[in-house]
Amino acid sequence: MKKSYKEFVRYDAAAKVLVCLDEWIIVNIPVLEKELALIPKPRGEITVNGAAISKMDSAGAWLLSKWLKSGSDSNFSFKLKDFSEQHLKLLALIEEEKAAQTPVPIPKRPGMVQRIGKFTMDQLEEFNDFLSFTGMLTMETLRLIRHPGSFRFAAVVNIIDTTGFRALPIIALLSFMIGVVISFQMGNQLKSYGANLFIVDLLGLSVLREFGPLLTAIMVAGRTGSAFTAQLGTMKINEEIDALNTMGVTPAELLLIPRLLGLFIALPLLSMWADIFGVLGGMVMAHNMLGVMPSDFIARFAHVIPLKTLLIGLGKAPIFAMLIGSIGCFEGMRVGGSADSVGTQTTRSVVLAIFFIIVADAMFSVLLSKMNL
Amino acid sequence: MTTPDNTDNIIVVKDVRTNLGGVWVHDGMNLTVIRGEILAIVGGSGSGKTTLLREILMLQKCNSGSIKVFGEELTTATHLQLLEVQKQWGVLFQQSALFSSLTVLENVAFPLHEHTHLDDNTINDLALLKILLAGLPASAATKYPAELSGGMQKRAALARAMVMDPELLFLDEPTSGLDPESAGAFDELIANLQATMGLTIVMVTHDIDSLWHVCNRVAFLGEGKVLCVDTVEKLSQNENPLIKKFFQGPRGRIAKRMNE
Repeated sequence: MKKSYKEFVRYDAAAKVLVCLDEWIIVNIPVLEKELALIPKPRGEITVNGAAISKMDSAGAWLLSKWLKSGSDSNFSFKLKDFSEQHLKLLALIEEEKAAQTPVPIPKRPGMVQRIGKFTMDQLEEFNDFLSFTGMLTMETLRLIRHPGSFRFAAVVNIIDTTGFRALPIIALLSFMIGVVISFQMGNQLKSYGANLFIVDLLGLSVLREFGPLLTAIMVAGRTGSAFTAQLGTMKINEEIDALNTMGVTPAELLLIPRLLGLFIALPLLSMWADIFGVLGGMVMAHNMLGVMPSDFIARFAHVIPLKTLLIGLGKAPIFAMLIGSIGCFEGMRVGGSADSVGTQTTRSVVLAIFFIIVADAMFSVLLSKMNL
Repeated sequence: MTTPDNTDNIIVVKDVRTNLGGVWVHDGMNLTVIRGEILAIVGGSGSGKTTLLREILMLQKCNSGSIKVFGEELTTATHLQLLEVQKQWGVLFQQSALFSSLTVLENVAFPLHEHTHLDDNTINDLALLKILLAGLPASAATKYPAELSGGMQKRAALARAMVMDPELLFLDEPTSGLDPESAGAFDELIANLQATMGLTIVMVTHDIDSLWHVCNRVAFLGEGKVLCVDTVEKLSQNENPLIKKFFQGPRGRIAKRMNE
């Protein structure tokens, strides 16, 4: 046999001597395995000579002991010769552990029905948890009303600052562009009828009633809801929440209620801000594309858009705020155990918040049309 | 890659100076770790023990000075040179730092998957062997770190640190957060593994019992320097006021009495 690689074992079949050479270490294991496989299965009594081993780690010892085990037939035995004391100790240790080694238990994969059942139960359980979370928040709020002393004014202001004030530029930019897009798309249609001035009606209604509050809420769900979940989740993992509980400060009064209240105040204000910039964007586009002068635009706006439209739009914002805030906080408090869980719950928080915002918006549309508003 | 003239000095830290937030945490630190020993780094809080460990591990840069591991100058090493060194050391972090999204077996097998070309069966067998060597039952292998107790997490992290059969093992407060019995068992485990596998171990510790039981030499850090490196018996007789305070406190005295 030609050897293009290093020689680690030399087997003398006649004398029944296996000579081990060189470095029996983890990086050489693939080559070692190949060389050992080439040796015919040992029978009878063989001698293993380890004098020439320059280095042996536990992976090497493991391989040697595995090979020696593989040859065990009825009259097989082996003798270790000239191994250094440390290598012998290592072999003995590996031998001992291997005796205790049981195959890795393979977790049973549940069947289809079982998985559907588990998923269903998990969803129901989460819904149940959400209900008790809401109940807990309500009780805590009532307690705070009776004992206003432990109300955190500074925390609320801080939340309004981070979720509201700091979101002003991005919300303004976003709504301005939405206004431009709506104006552009509708303007094309209106122009062909020569009904340019009606852009004011369309833009005013759609931005004030739907797009302003809805897009703001979606933006805030991505920006703030995720932040709530990640912050609370990390605090939970660091046991900060537990620490608060032991100090007689409930997480609700210090962390949850200020967040909910802060968002409750900030989101309607942000929606108003979005309305202004949405209409402004539409107005700019109407001037450029349809030739509607800003003065005409404003005059007609006041005439055709009733105050009701603005109020209905803004009226949705507190509901959206409660959805984003409670889902964000709830998912954050459900984080448990690991960093992985923070990621899962944050994703869940944003997806659920946006989902329920759109569901709530659809319900508003149906309800309000039934009420002829 | 090891140059012959310093085969016995695995780590050589020379004249290291570190400034953290305007304070000179290290002001001319010198330390040598000899092959095959268990060296403990001790010192009061804020004496720069963890910073020193992090600098040796290249997680943090020092302002000046030289740090050589296996004869390789780490402060100027390239990515590839560093990787060669990194394959030869294992680290046990204070908080275990197990990957929470992987099971214990996957955690332990991770370095093998990254750095060797073994097939999956061999990797799993080797990883399981290390899990057993670290004193965990085989049933722990399929659990996630969050499902284990603190002591078991430490053992799992030790299994991961040892899986590549490193020559050098760093332990950051290995017995912190363990009850005295588990801490004692963990010390014994470390001493056993060191004896059978011929490891070199550097540990940062606050546990005076560990110092007496497992360490060959102890380096005492204070005033930004290594004040003294010696056996724990000699160190406990040292006249330096900082060292005296450390060993002559009530806990130090009890630990000493137990070992006499």
